Amino acid sequence: MYLEIPKKFNPIVHQARQVAQEVFRPISRKYDRAEHAYPKELDLFASIMDGMNDGAADGGAGAGKISRSGSAGNGNANTNGINIKTVLGMIEICRGDVGLALSIPRQGLGNAAIAAVANEEQLERLGNTWAAMAITEPGAGSDSGAIRTTATKDGDDYLINGEKIYITAGERADAIVVWATLDRSKGKAAIKSFVVEKGTPGMTVERLEKKLGIRASDTAAVRFENCRVPKENLLGSPEISAGKGFAGAMQTFDNTRPVVAAMSLGVALAALEKTREILGKNGLDLSYQTQAWTQPAVTRELQFLEAELEAARLLTMRAAWMADNGHPNSKEASMAKAKAGRVGNAITLRCVELCSSLGYSETELLEKWARDSKILDIFEGTQQIQLLIIARRLLGKSSAELK
Amino acid sequence: MARAPIGLALSVINRIAGNPLLDRFGLRNTVERTAYHGTRAGFRTLAMAGKEFKRISDWLPRQRLPEKKAPQLFDLNLDADQQMIVDSLSRLARDRLRPAAAEADEASAMPADIYEAAAELGLPLYATPEAFGGVAETLSPVTSVLIAEELAWGDMAMAAALLAPFSVAQAITRWGTGEQQSRYLPAFCEEKPPVATIAIDEPTPLFDPRVLQTRATQTGTGYTLNGTKNGVVLGAQSDLILVAAELNGRPRVFIVEHSDAIGIREDPAMGLRAAQTVSLTFKNLQLPDDALLGDDDFDYQIFLDHGCLLKCGLAVGTARAVLDYVIPYCNEREAFGEPISHRQAVAFMISNLAIEIDSMRLLTWRAASRAETGQEWHREASLARILCNEKAMEVGTNGVQLLGGHGFVKEHPVERWYRDLRSIATHFGGAHA
Repeated sequence: MYLEIPKKFNPIVHQARQVAQEVFRPISRKYDRAEHAYPKELDLFASIMDGMNDGAADGGAGAGKISRSGSAGNGNANTNGINIKTVLGMIEICRGDVGLALSIPRQGLGNAAIAAVANEEQLERLGNTWAAMAITEPGAGSDSGAIRTTATKDGDDYLINGEKIYITAGERADAIVVWATLDRSKGKAAIKSFVVEKGTPGMTVERLEKKLGIRASDTAAVRFENCRVPKENLLGSPEISAGKGFAGAMQTFDNTRPVVAAMSLGVALAALEKTREILGKNGLDLSYQTQAWTQPAVTRELQFLEAELEAARLLTMRAAWMADNGHPNSKEASMAKAKAGRVGNAITLRCVELCSSLGYSETELLEKWARDSKILDIFEGTQQIQLLIIARRLLGKSSAELK
Repeated sequence: MARAPIGLALSVINRIAGNPLLDRFGLRNTVERTAYHGTRAGFRTLAMAGKEFKRISDWLPRQRLPEKKAPQLFDLNLDADQQMIVDSLSRLARDRLRPAAAEADEASAMPADIYEAAAELGLPLYATPEAFGGVAETLSPVTSVLIAEELAWGDMAMAAALLAPFSVAQAITRWGTGEQQSRYLPAFCEEKPPVATIAIDEPTPLFDPRVLQTRATQTGTGYTLNGTKNGVVLGAQSDLILVAAELNGRPRVFIVEHSDAIGIREDPAMGLRAAQTVSLTFKNLQLPDDALLGDDDFDYQIFLDHGCLLKCGLAVGTARAVLDYVIPYCNEREAFGEPISHRQAVAFMISNLAIEIDSMRLLTWRAASRAETGQEWHREASLARILCNEKAMEVGTNGVQLLGGHGFVKEHPVERWYRDLRSIATHFGGAHA
């Protein structure tokens, strides 16, 4: 048993930290203010990241790589692979800016979906596309089984009709992975995902949202009207059968949830670090003592939050480690996401409070991090959805029993 | 859950005892006599081993266990030795500790047969270097934490009692001089090892183990010890007690052998009752000049950190017991026509128990694995402790809440776990990983 970051990942951690510090942090406030402006600095950075990934002997890291690793259930053998590496890199990058991290080309959630569900031909053709993900609709959020967007077979194509909202990078990405149903009467089993390329006739970006946080990342609402996509763009099998399709698509989340947990860890780490720095400069003794109740309340609170963050980090590492080793990790991925989401949000908010009006002011980034962190307890499954998934696993309940 | 024959007998007797028919038929006296003798026969409490520790002239040089080599990769697997220890202790916890826990709590006593059964596993051997008769080859705080977890799953109070001598052996191995090790450690590897404990806590609010009222002063021939310790696990039964006391303005630890000059007062508490906590008073107690634990490499803060690790292990073990108990309960208990586990208000509490228990566990494991591989670990131990202090009690109180009124009565173990889990944040003594 050993719970430290493996030395072989020091280079990627170091690189990501440099990016956070030198590329993201300096432009963080700029793109928070200039919502919807495209952060062109990212193009250069994305090609550096592509280069890093392509050149990496162990297959690189990132959204488009996760989930394809892991030799299934290999007993006591131990692998530290792409899932751990991606999580570690993401923590560091989001220490810089999570809004910008969400805008890195070719690192979209859609890329994770393609990586998880696509067949070899699709992976070859679509693997290098920057893909956003469209699931949520005005009338269906957490209940993704209730989506109304339809895909109707028409010759060798599908016609997609419906409205999707909250698509991260929906306008900037080269393609959108759209969840739609082949037959609403057949329930979840009929839900499939389709890759719709940018500029396909019938696909219209209706608006970009104005948001509480992650303002550097654009969030689009897109309408599909008889939007024609070739049948080869249906990811996975077109068959409507239980166990395939929706369930498979949901499995994407087992791999992406630790990554979103990592985003939350990065933001919280930034806030905690900054707060310690500010308070340390003001002469606060931050030493770790066995009886914390005789220390100043703020010291005790900072250490408690640090413990919470560390717990969330280790839960996230565990989920990624399980994925790397081919162990089913649905429960553990949700535990990581639930803990990191809520702890990250609580930490950033408390840090603003502890730094008083300085924390609340735009002089520092603390108030920004407190706004950014909220979404991380919502997207990729809200806190409540995570608790539901964990509870069903622990209690052995179906979604019909434990609603 | 399995119950020991004596436990079953007592529960039957309890039900009979409340029956008004007993009085009507004049049966009460007979039944009460049976109950009395039945209990006595099945419940023999632990007594002091009465060990004497002889000074020896040809003592071995001081031994320090080497650290383990830090592995290359993040790894949550247990190694073969750890797995074997976990397996055998989880059997002991399930078959012996858990069935006896309610009765031991009620009797405020450590059952002797359980102590002996555990002694057969030879826990102190894992703490003691080969040169003194043990099997320890390297530092192994991870294993210590795993041992604490498994035992505390069975019962925290008995785990604390079983771990106290183990902890003393750990501390002497980690800090003792060659003379101290040669004198005390071989006894821990004998068939009947001494009962031993660590006394740190004092009766003061906001107790900080680095600020001690118990004081040692140097005399021409040794030390004079004055002060009061309380919440001392197995304090009355111990042949050997490690006592934290201030010496020349700094906290140190003294090796104190049993003596009639030590004032012993029962100090029963909210929980940990089977660990038979007592208060110890030292009034000008004379100690020889080799009673000061360790020499140049002694570090009191790290000594405390070793205690924090084991405390956290106890917290995780009992918290896991809570989770394992409430899951089947909430699936079986019905209200409004279906199991209460079908309600999110109940189900989400259970999810949160699991999240916080794994949080405590991973923080503790990380601190222990850093200690084991010779890396700085004071920060990690402090973080583990602060989290366990908070979350252990959260698990305890929610465990009772999930059973509702049934959680409040002694028919179910959750009220005992609630009382025991409160001690995680209040005590620093008794433990050394």
